[in-house]
Amino acid sequence: MFHHFTAATARAAAGAALAFVLVSSMSACSGTSGSSDATGSAQGRIAIGVKLDQPGTSLKVGNDLKGFDADVARYVAAKMGYQPSQIDFKEAVSAQRETMIESGQVKFVVGTYSITDSRKQRVDFAGPYFIAGQDLLVRSDDNSITGPDSLNGKKLCSVTGSTSAQTIKTKYATGVDLQEMDSYSKCVQALAGGQIDALTTDNVILAGYAAQSQYQGKLKLVNKPFTTEKYGIGLKKGDTATCTTLTEAISTMISSGEWQKSVDENLGKGGFTVDTSTNPPTPAANCGN
Amino acid sequence: MNDLLDLMRQFHILEAFWMTIKISLLGMLGALVLGTVVAVMRVSPIGVFQLFAKAYVSLCVNLPLTLVVFFAFFAMFLLLGIHLAPPGSRNSTEAFLWGVVAIAVYHSGFVAEAIRSGINTVPLGQAEAARAIGLTFGQTLTSVVLPQALRGAISPLGTTANSLVKNTTVLATIGVAEASYQMANMIEFRSDALYAIFFIMAAGFVILTLPLNVFFTRLSTKLAVTR
Amino acid sequence: MSEGQSVLFDVPGPRTRRRNRIIGVVGGALILALLAGLVWGLREQLAPRKWQPFADATTWTAYLLPGLLATLRAAVISVLASSAIGLLLGMGRLSHVKAISWLCGLVVEFFRSVPVLMMMVFSYYAYLSTGLFSGDVLSLMGVVTGLTVYNSCVMAELVRAGVHGLPAGQLEAGQAIGLTHSQVLRSIQLPQAISAMLPSLVSQLVIILKDTALGYMITYPELLRAAQYIDAVYGNLVVGFLIVAVIFYILNWSLTRLAHMLEARLRSRRIAPARIVGPGAPLDEVEIS
Repeated sequence: MFHHFTAATARAAAGAALAFVLVSSMSACSGTSGSSDATGSAQGRIAIGVKLDQPGTSLKVGNDLKGFDADVARYVAAKMGYQPSQIDFKEAVSAQRETMIESGQVKFVVGTYSITDSRKQRVDFAGPYFIAGQDLLVRSDDNSITGPDSLNGKKLCSVTGSTSAQTIKTKYATGVDLQEMDSYSKCVQALAGGQIDALTTDNVILAGYAAQSQYQGKLKLVNKPFTTEKYGIGLKKGDTATCTTLTEAISTMISSGEWQKSVDENLGKGGFTVDTSTNPPTPAANCGN
Repeated sequence: MNDLLDLMRQFHILEAFWMTIKISLLGMLGALVLGTVVAVMRVSPIGVFQLFAKAYVSLCVNLPLTLVVFFAFFAMFLLLGIHLAPPGSRNSTEAFLWGVVAIAVYHSGFVAEAIRSGINTVPLGQAEAARAIGLTFGQTLTSVVLPQALRGAISPLGTTANSLVKNTTVLATIGVAEASYQMANMIEFRSDALYAIFFIMAAGFVILTLPLNVFFTRLSTKLAVTR
Repeated sequence: MSEGQSVLFDVPGPRTRRRNRIIGVVGGALILALLAGLVWGLREQLAPRKWQPFADATTWTAYLLPGLLATLRAAVISVLASSAIGLLLGMGRLSHVKAISWLCGLVVEFFRSVPVLMMMVFSYYAYLSTGLFSGDVLSLMGVVTGLTVYNSCVMAELVRAGVHGLPAGQLEAGQAIGLTHSQVLRSIQLPQAISAMLPSLVSQLVIILKDTALGYMITYPELLRAAQYIDAVYGNLVVGFLIVAVIFYILNWSLTRLAHMLEARLRSRRIAPARIVGPGAPLDEVEIS
């Protein structure tokens, strides 16, 4: 494009400026986050950080949020006195979770959020409410991959910035060909298409993809988790009152059978079996401290 | 200062910039060749080619590069399975090659426009004279019009080259380990040195683009057609 | 342009016409065959069920329209901010105070060389670590900063080139009636230069609009990201790409038309349009992408 300059009129400038302002004010009125009315966390509302793009655990489907994590979030919110209509779901991508909690943008985060020591320095965790593990997703007809140590010479997909692929390369198979993509969904489509041999991340996330109708029968989980990921609800450091409420809510969800119901509904398909030796877990009484 | 040296050692910054340079050079070459072909199609007497060239340029000008890069790698390679590297190559090689293709294709639209604007600066008399001595369309174009058109197009071509170097950063979206990919990587592991990291990487691009600008400015004054 | 084309070849005779027609048909068939091959190769990705979600109004209201608004919002804020900052920087560069003009020149030359994506990633993390912005506005501000820093420099160059392109008589006449250099700049030169910049301002909006897609990398929920959310549910990224491409194309094409219209209108107001672009004029260096 080349810029030719000519003299201008103020009227045209004003018209263009008006158009810009109109568009921008229009856009300023719209909420972009999640499946809520997004009017901000006013009185009587609660903001919860979630993932929006993980089938099985937490997926934005139209204006609804579906999945196990979404159910947990709604259940504990209900125990705190908030109806589903009072919840503002906000996207909490992995890199931002601690910051969103610390800055008070969200009350808590439910988003396949592993309890780790380094994270515990910045936030508190209620739970665990689920025990997952890193696993591999492969094509159904591929029997050559049986675990992380059989990945030499194979093409392994993971998402940019995740440590799960590096774990495999350093611990199990130095000869693995790593392919980084910016979303699991792209990895899964490439896997189904045959340009990738395996995808690695937590087994529940993998199970969610394997259960999607377009992949049913085409993909399978190796079902040999090689790490332990304790999912917790992240919240502001030192907020013991909320933490206690959350812990109790998780316990009730498990004992009432709601937990099992949600697991069956969201994670049961796609050939994934929940490890019952570790699940359901007992939430730590002292908020994991 | 120690911080800077530390970072240079800890991460392969020079390798990342070498990747940026490789993408830039191959991309420029590809864009120049493709762009010339498209420009020639645009001014050719064949209607279908004119139409194609017009659509091609229009797409390049109006679509985001990010989309082109995604499409090239995701659809053409990961879904269609078209391999550019010899069989057995790693996917990172494929990402690099498809990235270069995307960069070349996208910028070739701008190159084509630059050359066409160059063609428009060539006085009508030149082509008329060429035809008067019996040269065909091809001969007129290759030996009379294009050499002069390229001279006239040097300034916009320089602009395109400059943009191209900076646009190589978009390949980070498909995991090509060039400078911006390395920057994001460094920030993740050394967030304490955020400002130093940015300064190094930004300075790297200043170093890469300044000589390019000087080169094209020199070239355009040297080859300027005085009329 | 049309004269330029036709003069390259003679009015074709019957034999040439026939030859041209054959080349045209063969070439056209080749192009069509390539396209058909592409569509055939991607037939599974382009199957009707992959398009189905886009027939549903919710897909538009829950994903694409918010994405489009986010794209427009970032673009509009950026174009307004970079016009203002660009004007200041451009004026600074034209200042008679050596230190100011040198400093502004340095800033412009440096930040013009920094890729937009890099600036976005840096500002995103800078805001994240300092806590200056967080939550919903974090990624928006990252995108806006990245776009504004770069485009301010481009605008500054436009201002400078616009003023330099004015006839010397403007300055001389101003000084003859006793105005100082900065008075001439503010009340005579800048108004003319700015109105002359209007068409390129609109063209710059096209460039900014295209570059908002980079916001994808820092989780800004713009159009490409919206396509990805849809993809997480339906696994139809290729169709999503196509739809997003069409939206971008229509937007940018209309803006380009608007720029041309403005230019034509401005030109018709003056008998001899003051063309600032000349051979080798600094304006040619203004960015393309």
